[in-house]
Amino acid sequence: MEPTALAFKDNARKAIANPDLQDALGRIRSGWQVTRRRAALALDEFEALRDRGRDIKNHTLAHLDLYLEAFEAKVEENGGRVHWARDAAEARTVVRDICKEAGAKTVTKSKSMVTEEIALNPYLEANGLTPVETDLGEWILQVSGQAPSHLVGPVVHLTKPEIAGIMQKELGGPRLETAEEMVGAARRVLRQKYQDADVGITGANFLVAETGTAITVTNEGNAELTHGLPRVHVVIATIEKLVPRMLDAFTLLRLLARSATGQEFTSYTTLVSGPKGKGDLDGPEAFHVVLLDNGRTKMLGTAFQEMLRCIKCGACMNHCPVYLAAGGHSYGWVYPGPMGSVLTPQLLGIEKAHPLPNASTFCGRCEEVCPVRIPLPRLMRLWREEAFRRDLVPPTARRGLRLWGWLAARPALYRRAAGLASGALRLLGGRRGRLRRLPLAGGWTGSRDLPAPEGGTFMAAWKRQQGRRP
Amino acid sequence: MTGARDAVMGRVNKALERGDGAEARARGRVAAWLADPEPNLIPRRGLRPHEGRVGLFREMAERVQADVARVPRWRDAPAAVARYLRDRNLPQKAVMAPDRRLDRCDWESQPLLRLSRGTALGRDEVGITLALGGVAETGTLVLASAPERPTMLAYLPETCVVLLATSRIQGDYEAAWRALGHELDRLPRSVNLITGPSRTADIAQELQLGAHGPKRLCIVLVDEPEA
Repeated sequence: MEPTALAFKDNARKAIANPDLQDALGRIRSGWQVTRRRAALALDEFEALRDRGRDIKNHTLAHLDLYLEAFEAKVEENGGRVHWARDAAEARTVVRDICKEAGAKTVTKSKSMVTEEIALNPYLEANGLTPVETDLGEWILQVSGQAPSHLVGPVVHLTKPEIAGIMQKELGGPRLETAEEMVGAARRVLRQKYQDADVGITGANFLVAETGTAITVTNEGNAELTHGLPRVHVVIATIEKLVPRMLDAFTLLRLLARSATGQEFTSYTTLVSGPKGKGDLDGPEAFHVVLLDNGRTKMLGTAFQEMLRCIKCGACMNHCPVYLAAGGHSYGWVYPGPMGSVLTPQLLGIEKAHPLPNASTFCGRCEEVCPVRIPLPRLMRLWREEAFRRDLVPPTARRGLRLWGWLAARPALYRRAAGLASGALRLLGGRRGRLRRLPLAGGWTGSRDLPAPEGGTFMAAWKRQQGRRP
Repeated sequence: MTGARDAVMGRVNKALERGDGAEARARGRVAAWLADPEPNLIPRRGLRPHEGRVGLFREMAERVQADVARVPRWRDAPAAVARYLRDRNLPQKAVMAPDRRLDRCDWESQPLLRLSRGTALGRDEVGITLALGGVAETGTLVLASAPERPTMLAYLPETCVVLLATSRIQGDYEAAWRALGHELDRLPRSVNLITGPSRTADIAQELQLGAHGPKRLCIVLVDEPEA
């Protein structure tokens, strides 16, 4: 997927002008925001579990080499094989070679962001294989040539009529009206694909070092049909997915579904630890795990190590005012929302993604809901600083910042300017207390009103109260 | 690819910057974490006596659209299964796990219910299997793959029936995992934690059951312990 992160502003402008998309995104506020809050409140231990989750991930990352070794040894002891890949190209080759060795033609896949990251599907197609996405949302995207716009709900940007159109084009026949009909139609098509596939590829939500286990989490049950029916199962995961013990995975699983969709637990959580055993009537004959670096080791030992705790629940984007206005595709690559604004500059390079850390109001809601307490605003700020250092900030913004810096270094002048501006805005706001338009700020007021300041400046109030809290 | 392995491990080592002494200390910390763990933070919700656990299990499973029946003895289970299928106009024909514990049920008492034993194929509409555990905190079934308990029984058919002895219902995942460890001498290929039937909300965030896995999950709780 060709990144368009540099065009974030244009992408967002188009997204805001798209009523279908706005309608689709609006459902997140009334949906996942509400269900997550309910689920968090329904579990007394939720906040304490978030601390535990953070600590488990921190401990694992600080000892990642040892846990990787332990995981590798255990997988091989269980009869599986571990492959290593430095980057996307190496990972793709490993997967292709496994498929070739198995004489594979068709490959089923359950939803995996890392295979999006390494653009696996086009590569497999170019090598004569037919990959079939089995997650309902991913399948809709595959047949319509689109990319996911959300970590958990890949088609959250599409409305029901749009999906109906895509399905009619793909399957022919009459136009389907209800979600039930659409789910049923996709179920019938994919049923056969599961059984025809030679290789099943899944990601992993967690890899357990102690037992050599890969954990998959789905609501549809498509991961199990993907790893249970074909002859070969390939797990592909980045190295930060490790956790030490199964018990640690349970702590993180208690956080994952609640943070993502507000469910108490996802319908299907499966712990796979190898190929089928003697006498088993189903399961794959071969079990492979591809451990991928692709830029993660560059984050280890830096401030961005905290980002490696991410369990890909999507809570940060579900609560981000920028994501909810601009949608996932505006971010221009695989990972959207606040987590994407931190991860994408790391994986693509800040020069290809510098608008993303600026796509934030720094309201802090992402950090408030992050199950493993990643300081997303702080990490975005680090990227902003890096972009400034590398001269990636446009000249007008630079001049603006310089002017503001000059003013801020002169407190008396700054206070007077702030007082004037606040008074002027209050006058302009009139009785409504809002401004529809503001000269030089058309970009801002184009899609929303500017609330006018209600009182004087902060410093004026501070002086009046002589430092006492109100 | 040993080249890739050494390169990735080398990068990890370099990033973690451990000297010689620190390496041994790190190994010590890892050994400690694996061997003598701080107990997990277990939600209080599941920590209750047996009957309370069974009640919570049922409540949580029903909340995610599972159908739950409870019978006193194993020999009563077939009637509950037949009734379930009849009430929903489903075929009285099922493929059942070849687990010997299921033989204790009085299947002959239901002459209309035709059973075959083995794993499920694409055409099978009803699958019957046995869970090795239940987790009250979220109404979750614990299935473990084995030659006598094929995994696909719980995934391919549109209707999945799972029998579970109430004595096997634990409060939390940790207790269920420990119980599984005591019972089995090796880790099964696949341990399936199942919480309600298959679902998706991909289309306009409307909940739909039976996305790929079963549309219906019927849990038959049996109070009589297994022999």
